[in-house]
Amino acid sequence: MSATQSGTTTHRPTPPEPGAPDPAPESGQSGQSGQSGRSGRSGRSGRKAPLTASRRENRAGLAFVTPTFLVVLVVVVLPILWTVVLAFQDAKLVDIQDMGLFGNWTLGNFQDVLGSAGFWSSLGTTLTYTIGSTAGSVLLGLVAALALRKPFRGRGLLRGSMLLPYVAPVVAVAFVWEVALSPQFGIVNEWGRTLFGWDEPIAFLSTRSYEVGLFGVHFDVPLALLTVIAFEVWRYFPFAFLFILARLQAVPDTLEEAAKVDGASPTQRFRHIMLPQLLPVLALLSVLRFIMTFNKFDDVYLLTGGGSGTDVAAVRVYDFLTARYDVGAASAQALVLAVVLMVLLGLYFKFFGKKVQEEA
Amino acid sequence: MSRPAMTRTQIEERFFGVARWIVIAFLAAITIVPFYYMLLLSLKSIDALLLDPGSLWVSAKDFTLDTYRDVMKSTDDGGQGFMKLLVNSALVSLGTVALTLLAAVPGAYAISRLKFFGGRQVSALFLAVYMFPATLLAVPLFVMFAKLGLSSSLAGLAIVYVAQTVPVSIYMLKNYLVTVPYSIEEAAALDGCSRLQTVRKVILPLATPSLMATGLYVFMIAWNEFLFALLFLAADPDKWTVSLGLAQLANGIEVSKTVLMAGSVVLTIPVVLLFFAAERLLTEGLTSGADKS
Repeated sequence: MSATQSGTTTHRPTPPEPGAPDPAPESGQSGQSGQSGRSGRSGRSGRKAPLTASRRENRAGLAFVTPTFLVVLVVVVLPILWTVVLAFQDAKLVDIQDMGLFGNWTLGNFQDVLGSAGFWSSLGTTLTYTIGSTAGSVLLGLVAALALRKPFRGRGLLRGSMLLPYVAPVVAVAFVWEVALSPQFGIVNEWGRTLFGWDEPIAFLSTRSYEVGLFGVHFDVPLALLTVIAFEVWRYFPFAFLFILARLQAVPDTLEEAAKVDGASPTQRFRHIMLPQLLPVLALLSVLRFIMTFNKFDDVYLLTGGGSGTDVAAVRVYDFLTARYDVGAASAQALVLAVVLMVLLGLYFKFFGKKVQEEA
Repeated sequence: MSRPAMTRTQIEERFFGVARWIVIAFLAAITIVPFYYMLLLSLKSIDALLLDPGSLWVSAKDFTLDTYRDVMKSTDDGGQGFMKLLVNSALVSLGTVALTLLAAVPGAYAISRLKFFGGRQVSALFLAVYMFPATLLAVPLFVMFAKLGLSSSLAGLAIVYVAQTVPVSIYMLKNYLVTVPYSIEEAAALDGCSRLQTVRKVILPLATPSLMATGLYVFMIAWNEFLFALLFLAADPDKWTVSLGLAQLANGIEVSKTVLMAGSVVLTIPVVLLFFAAERLLTEGLTSGADKS
C-alpha cells in the first residue's frame, strides 16, 4: 500500500555527503548513514561532542516529536479510547457529571444498537452509499483527469473551477442542491417539465423509492439515496481528479509514444500502459474515499436529515447523542461502525493489497 | 496485418477526440453551473424566483441586493447577523490554523528527517489517526467538553478542529520536508547552528510554500466544518459559525430561499477566494507524494 509505504519511510533522499556536521572527525561517517548501531562514545571524548551524531539525532528526534505526539495523544488517541470505554458503560449525558471514568459496566448499549429497528438496513444503506460514492467519484475523477491531461485553451481555469465542489463549504453546496432539486421552485424540475415533459415534479430528496418504467418494465429505484450518492460523487470527484492527474503527468511520455508507434489504439494504450501506472493511486483513493464516506455525516444530514431511505450509520450516531442524550449507545454505534470498517479494510488488504502492490 | 489495427486506432482516435470535448463541457457545466445558480438566486427576490424557476439569468428589474442586506444586518436590526458569524468563523479557523501548525511542524520535521527510537512507530501512528473517523471522536469530545464547561466556546471548537486537522497536516508537511536536501541542514550545522536554530532559520523558511498550503487546507476544513459546530454551539446563537448559522437559518420557514442563497454566497466566497489565490500551492501541497507512489 503506497500510503503506509510513504508513511513509514525514513530513508534519506540524499546520499551521505562529505560535509559532515559532526564535530568529532573520527566518527564523521557514522551519523551520516543514519545507522543507530553505534552508541559508543567517540574516542576523542575530550572534545566538545560527548555523543555520537546518531545519538544526538535520536535525542533531537524525540524532542521534536514529543509535542506533536502529546497533542495527537490528548486530542485524538485518548478520546477514541474513551469511546471504547463509554460504549460499555451505562452513560447518559445527565449522569456523566458525577460518573467516574470507569464503572457502570454494561453490554446493554450493544443490545440497544444491534437490536434497534433499522440497524441492519442502515448498515446496508451505509454500504450502498459508500460503495456508490467511492466508485463514482474515483471513476469520474479518472475520466476528468484523462480528459484534461493534454493542454488546451482554458485548461488552467477549468482545472481550478473543477475543484470548486471540493473546496466549497458543504452547507452552502448542499443548500444549492436542495433548492435546485426542489419540486416547487427548483430549476431541475422546471427544466425537466419543459424539456423532457415530466408530468409532475419529482421530489428527489424525499422520495424513498421511485417507480421507473423502462421498455415496459417497471421497477423502483431508491431515489433519495441515489441523489445523495450523486451529491457525494459530485463533491469528491475533484479530489480523485487532482491525485490522478498528478500521477498521470508523472508517467513518462516516451512509454506512450512507443506504444503509439507500435500502433496501439487509445483504449489499448490506456489498458496496458496508463492503467498499470495508475492502479496504485486508484487503489489508494478508493480506500481513502471509502473510509471517509463510510463515516460521512454532514452531507446526508444536510440533504435529507437521514430520512427517505438515506439513514446512514453516522447520522444514527448523531441521533443517539442529541435526540436521546444516550452517550453509551452513541459510542457503541460509533464503535460498531468503526469495527465494520476495520473488518472491511482488513478483507480488502488481505485479498487486494498484495495484488496491487505486485502490479505497482 | 496492420490495416485493421490502423482503422481501429483511427476510429478510436476520432471517437475520443470528440468524447474528450463532450466530457470537458460536461465537467465545466456540473462544476460551474451550481455556483452560478447560487450567485444568481442570491441576486433576485423570492417573487422573481417563484415566477420563473427555470430562468438562468436575472433581469435588471428583478436585480436586488436586499438579500445580502438582510443576511448581513445584525439581528437587532431584523437581519440575520452574518457579520458576527463571519467574525466567529474567522476566529475559529485562524486559531485552528495556528494551533495545528504549531502542533504539527515539530513532529513532521522529526519523522521526516530524523532517525530516532520509535520513529517508525510514531510515524505509522500519525498516519493511522488520519484514518480514524470523526464520528469516533464526536462522542467523547462532546462529553469531555460538557464536563469541562467548554461546550459553547469558540476556543473549545478550535481544539476539536485541531484534532481533525493535525494528522493530515503532519502528512502533508512530512511529504514536503523529505524533499529538502540534507546538505542544506548540514551546512547550517557546520556554520554553528543548533538543531533548533537550523529548523527556525533554514528549514521553516524553505518550507514556507508547504506551510502555507497546509495552513490553507486546514483553514478550509475549519471554515467548512459543520458537525462539531452543530454539536457544540447549537444552543448559543452568539457563537455560531457561518456554516452553522446558515444551516439553522434553513430550518426557519420564514426566511426566503433567495436570502439563504445570499448566505451561501457569503459563506462560500472567503474560501473560494483563498483557494484561487493559492490554487497552485494547495494542489501541489495536497498531491505531493502522490506522484511518487
